[in-house]
Amino acid sequence: MPTKFSVNGKAAESSAPPQTPLLWVIREELKLTGTKFGCGTGLCGACMVHIDGKRAFSCQTQVSQAAGKAVTTIEGLSADSSHPVQKAWLAERVPQCGYCQSGQIMSAADLLAHNPKPDRAQIVEHMSTNICRCGSYPRIVRAIQRAAKEA
Amino acid sequence: MTIHLDRSVLPAPSRRQFMIGAAGFTFTVASGLPFGATQAASGKEVALSPWVTISTDDTVAIMSPAAEMGQGSLTSLPLILAEELDADWSKVRVIVAPPNDALYKNPGFGYMYTAGSNAVTSYFKELRQFGAQVRKVLLVNAARHWNVPVEELTTGPNVVIHEKSGRRLSYGEIAAFAEVPATAPEVAESELKKPDQFRLIGHDVMRVELPQKVNGTAQYSIDVQVPGMLYGAILRAPIEGAAPDRVEDAKARTIAGVVQIVRLPYGVGVIGETPWAAFDGKAALHVTWTHTGKAWGFDSDKALVAFAAAARDMSQPTKLWGKTGDAPAAMKTAATVIEGDYMNDLVYHAQMEPLNAVAAVSPNGDACEVWCGVQSKTIAVTVAADALGIAPDKIVYHDMLMGGGFGRRGHRDEEYVHDAVVLSNAVKKPVKMMWTREDDVHNGRFNPLSAHYLRAGFDASGKLIAFHHRKACDEVTAFQDPVRFERQKGRDGIAFNGLDAPYYEIPNRLGEAVPRESGLRTSSLRGIAHLTNIFAIESFMDELARKRGIDPAAFRRDLVKSNPRAVAIIDRVARMADWGRKRDGSALGFTYMNYSGTQIALAAEVVLDRKTGALRVPKIWTALDPGIAVQPDNIVAQTESSIVYGLGFALTERITIVDGAVQESNFYDYHVPRMNEIPEMLIEVVPTDNHPTGVGQMATPLVAPAIANAVAELTGVRLRHTPMTPDRVKQALG
Repeated sequence: MPTKFSVNGKAAESSAPPQTPLLWVIREELKLTGTKFGCGTGLCGACMVHIDGKRAFSCQTQVSQAAGKAVTTIEGLSADSSHPVQKAWLAERVPQCGYCQSGQIMSAADLLAHNPKPDRAQIVEHMSTNICRCGSYPRIVRAIQRAAKEA
Repeated sequence: MTIHLDRSVLPAPSRRQFMIGAAGFTFTVASGLPFGATQAASGKEVALSPWVTISTDDTVAIMSPAAEMGQGSLTSLPLILAEELDADWSKVRVIVAPPNDALYKNPGFGYMYTAGSNAVTSYFKELRQFGAQVRKVLLVNAARHWNVPVEELTTGPNVVIHEKSGRRLSYGEIAAFAEVPATAPEVAESELKKPDQFRLIGHDVMRVELPQKVNGTAQYSIDVQVPGMLYGAILRAPIEGAAPDRVEDAKARTIAGVVQIVRLPYGVGVIGETPWAAFDGKAALHVTWTHTGKAWGFDSDKALVAFAAAARDMSQPTKLWGKTGDAPAAMKTAATVIEGDYMNDLVYHAQMEPLNAVAAVSPNGDACEVWCGVQSKTIAVTVAADALGIAPDKIVYHDMLMGGGFGRRGHRDEEYVHDAVVLSNAVKKPVKMMWTREDDVHNGRFNPLSAHYLRAGFDASGKLIAFHHRKACDEVTAFQDPVRFERQKGRDGIAFNGLDAPYYEIPNRLGEAVPRESGLRTSSLRGIAHLTNIFAIESFMDELARKRGIDPAAFRRDLVKSNPRAVAIIDRVARMADWGRKRDGSALGFTYMNYSGTQIALAAEVVLDRKTGALRVPKIWTALDPGIAVQPDNIVAQTESSIVYGLGFALTERITIVDGAVQESNFYDYHVPRMNEIPEMLIEVVPTDNHPTGVGQMATPLVAPAIANAVAELTGVRLRHTPMTPDRVKQALG
């Protein structure tokens, strides 16, 4: 029995075994490769997506747990990189290698969706789930502050 | 958006090519999907050099020869060429150069290899020449077209101007009729722009690939999708040189989707129809290993004690690294001799993209396509060809962005590319070979374990007259790149560079390598030799200053006094940090280095929790003079990045080896800095008109000694071992 859910507003289904991490289904079955594999253990946040409007580690979500739910990936955040977080990310020139940035952006968008005017401490607390080995952290803070202001 | 190159340009010159005299000056037209403001040319494209193609629609395609791993070379190198070409940057497309050492080699290495923060510094002169040559070709063509002396012409962005008549021709218009000369025109140094004429260098532009990095379209090798592709996982031997002995794979074979188990000389591969089949298959393997290889029985904690003894043992065989005067003799005449010992644990790269590659070997094994992110693409081509025993021109290479490099992706064997090719060869189908994070840690190649013994001699007047630094450490280049090691006659810059602190004005200096041979997998890592050498040197300099009762910043300043750039940068950071002001409950530590010509000083503020031994770094100040600052904001970004990387090295990151095998597995036992641990960073880029030098890692080595020096100021206790974990701090405090 395939698992049915929606991804970026479109119906999707997976024939992967129910315990398969949603991450691999998104990346290799649905070919949405913006969501990244970093650790497989929910420790780095490179795999972050939104499920029913809240952020979730797709590597820690079994595909069966996504049944009937609405999944949003970086590809679905906006059609044209116009989400305030994406715009702020470019304005502050956040990415370096860029590999973690889909996950960072999804975490940041989740923060602003639930707390439109976070203070610095709230930003740091929320974003410390996500590792950036290039150390783009100061720019991430600035970009979130910018997005909060400009949204 | 993909960035692969059309196979027609690979790897040999093809379809449209021009010979214009000078050896190796073969012009090829590159196609493929470029980066940049202008994504596609709509006109006829005219190759004016191997580096520049101008379209009749006035767009300019420029080759970018370096590998992009986040450092920004993809943008900054073509920008340097565009400066002298006087191109309009908004009309520039950046093309990733194909693997071709003859045309695109890094002059600093002699092949296409991006490492050591030297892309800009090594390519700078050539790229300006290449840009100026093409500009000259355009000028000559315009002069001929208008029948005016070429001396009467000037250029503006993408346009040749004849002031006298008020006529203008765009570069695209000239391309339509341009004749390319048989030999590249000569351009004298004096004809190049002066720094005050730069329109692009020194002015920030958007990095060309950044828009793809905020919407998920940036392509890394792990993202590649090839029709009919299978997935590969590999269980590699825990110890270098070990081979599979007994392989129990019955359980793995029962897993749905497992296609094939592949026994390799160094491990066992599992090929599956899906990633989960391949990973589950690998997890179900039970393999015992032959006790071949050197590292069996190796224990990193015990080894470090032995290394420290070797560093102090003057009867140990050494290799001379650097020498000025006669340090041992001067030490004997010294009125005071001060000694210091320092140690560093193994460090893991932890690039965010676990290593992977995609390969597609042809059905009869005589050709292969490979998709990978590597610091040397020409090595990748060689690795793939050698794995199959075929000629390099049978490899179609696809260049992918790297999810971090940090020195891990430029080894001579590029083993993760090899893994993909051999697995694909086993099934003659495309295979995406992925290491998990655990594989990436267990198969890690680490910044080596090192122990340092330093001594310094002062004469009766208090002048520092002798400096001696001995480092016991595995020879990294011997493992990482045996070809280079042989070429350099056993001289190992990756492990020992800067050992003798050659920029400090001390009349007698001696740097000696005390080579160890542990059999571990080692690697260059961000900061390279300096990462550990500078922890030792800058901690020791601080120790000397304190023991002599001299201000640590003033002590260093006096040792670089004939270098005004160094003095300026030290003074700048002292000012930025308000160095002389005592803090309440915290203290500052100071450091300086000359990193391959880049002048950098850094101060850190540290708070200590005496009960737990935990160190916190609320603030870091740094200033650097890299000569000409090609992209200033990116230099700031790289410096932020370098500081964060250095913070992990300083406080938390360590790999432990027991019986030759790596004990850590993932981010739960290998802790890299998170946002809630990073200091406020105050960074000033201080450009000068000197030849540009590196910016990609210069602050990294300074963070640990700056923290240790602050702790010395705060407590009087010297921390001598990285990482400076709470337990070690507590132990040192007594």
